[in-house]
Amino acid sequence: MAAAPPFVIEGLGKSFGSVRAVHDLSFRVEPGRVTGFLGPNGSGKTTTLRMLLGLVRPTEGRALVGDRPYAEHPVPGALVGAALEATGFHPGRTGLGHLEVYAAQVGADRARAREVLGMVGMSEAAGRKVGGYSLGMRQRLGLATALLADPPALVLDEPVNGLDPEGIVWLRQFLRHLAEQGRTVLVSSHVLGEVQHTVDDVVIIKAGQLVHASSLSGLAELADQVTRVVAPDAEAFARLAADRGWSTHPVAGRGGTPGVGADVVGASAAEVGAACFAVGLELHQLATRGTDLEDVFFRLTGHAADPTVGEGAA
Amino acid sequence: MRWREALIAEKRKLTSTAMWWVLAIGMVGYLAFIGAVLAFSMVSGSDATGVQPLTGKAAALSVYGTVNAIGYVFPLVIGTLTVTTEMRHRTLTQSLLAEPVRGRLLSAKLAVSFPVGVCYGVLGVIGLLIGGAIPLATAGDGAYLGDGEVIRVLVMGILVSGLWAVLGAAFGSVVTNQVAAIVVLLAFTQLVEPIARVGLSAVSSLAPVASYLPGAAADAVVGSSLYSSVGTGAVDLLPAWGGALVLLGYGVVLVVLGWRTTFARDVT
Ligand SMILES: Nc1ncnc2c1ncn2[C@@H]1O[C@H](COP(=O)(O)OP(=O)(O)OP(=O)(O)O)[C@@H](O)[C@H]1O
Ligand SMILES: [Mg+2]
Repeated sequence: MAAAPPFVIEGLGKSFGSVRAVHDLSFRVEPGRVTGFLGPNGSGKTTTLRMLLGLVRPTEGRALVGDRPYAEHPVPGALVGAALEATGFHPGRTGLGHLEVYAAQVGADRARAREVLGMVGMSEAAGRKVGGYSLGMRQRLGLATALLADPPALVLDEPVNGLDPEGIVWLRQFLRHLAEQGRTVLVSSHVLGEVQHTVDDVVIIKAGQLVHASSLSGLAELADQVTRVVAPDAEAFARLAADRGWSTHPVAGRGGTPGVGADVVGASAAEVGAACFAVGLELHQLATRGTDLEDVFFRLTGHAADPTVGEGAA
Repeated sequence: MRWREALIAEKRKLTSTAMWWVLAIGMVGYLAFIGAVLAFSMVSGSDATGVQPLTGKAAALSVYGTVNAIGYVFPLVIGTLTVTTEMRHRTLTQSLLAEPVRGRLLSAKLAVSFPVGVCYGVLGVIGLLIGGAIPLATAGDGAYLGDGEVIRVLVMGILVSGLWAVLGAAFGSVVTNQVAAIVVLLAFTQLVEPIARVGLSAVSSLAPVASYLPGAAADAVVGSSLYSSVGTGAVDLLPAWGGALVLLGYGVVLVVLGWRTTFARDVT
């Protein structure tokens, strides 16, 4: 395997007419780590990845693979394996046929094409036409295409879409394994939870601009502690919370949980417990929910965790 | 360099789906049919219309010329598909990931189209020999297959078929919508150009214009024109080299257009 290159994004921007899809974006993706590239729908993830791979011409800045643009490497397809959103397959070609079309260009042979199909669990479907594949099978074939050259760097755009739970778990382990081998792995997603257990680093964008880039633990530091309580006397608890200056989110009571629940943001279970004890408030539940990364992600990307947001937006 | 690999990829794109042999069967069948119709009409003569029927070598030449004059739509279409299928099935992204230098991708498509078109030309000749040469030999004045001029028409027909496929790829790089491209090609080759050639040549001041139409230019290269044989009066053809230059001109214009539009665009 060739030395794994970092991806270097420098002041990158792209406007489609009046739509500013990406603007002044800079970050680095390091080898040996899985980097999650996160942002809500339409935030410019796919556009950024396409600029990195020379498919879209930037209107500002540049995106490099190692020391130069993707297209300027001697055999680009052997250096970076990529599976991008909205990449199609000819429906009349077999899965194996599809891989064989591109094999020579990335320095792979027929045996390797069969091998990667096996790696993504598609050996059985190798000889079937792609037109008859399911969404998840296409996703797997895209992944197999990215792996064809055994590349030292990988770019996967929303690879989890359409995968079954078993496939998701497999993909997580597989990406971790690739990063441990020293490869550069960049995975995009619009849901942090999807990649939270896989990534070492996160790059978060919103409306085409960077809002956060750090290690996953760096992101966790931004998160508030959340404590789940269930108190039968909701009014007394609300008074206490107001007293202490806690912010709370009501939690819908679940079957078998009498009383009214709430999540207290920014206070530990010990603090909440002590305060309730001090005023003699009865609690039916007191638990640390841990740091809620999804919440940080929502905050950073300007979406509240509150599921009612979006309904009354207009 | 990555040229060899780019050519291999284009070849595999063509041979890994059913389209090439569907069109190949179409080419053989269509030309066998056309050859047979023409040959029988010449063999049986047509006193009724009062038009002097072609006989002997002239009859044979006009039958063999149809590899180009009638069959050209098949290499054109297969050439066009080398570009338009990439758009239709959104495989262009993957193709450009494998070969990000766009000029090389387009060049490989143009280059691979030539031998493919030549193969179609060979198949077309086989169809004509089956459909046309047999009736000429058995019921007419002979198939003239040993004749130097006949051999030249057949060989040039095969080579020009290669050129048609290259022109098809160039055309596909301009009109990338597959359905639109095929409709335009069918309409142009089967309707517009035949009518234009007959119509223009009927007006003496416009007659020279007709010889610059792509089909007429190709006829000039091949050295045989169906139109001069079916009694619509004299159709002036360019000299062979002139026809080749005209075809080259069409190709250059289309490639430049495709290069400046389709192949310059962002692929999203
Ligand atoms: N070809 C195009 N023409 C015009 N606008 C475009 C084009 N491609 C993308 N955009 C716009 O650029 C913005 C970013 O799109 P992009 O596909 O990069 O988002 P994304 O983060 O990948 O979203 P998703 O999570 O839905 O995949 C969007 O506003 C989109 O409408
Ligand atoms: Mg996207």
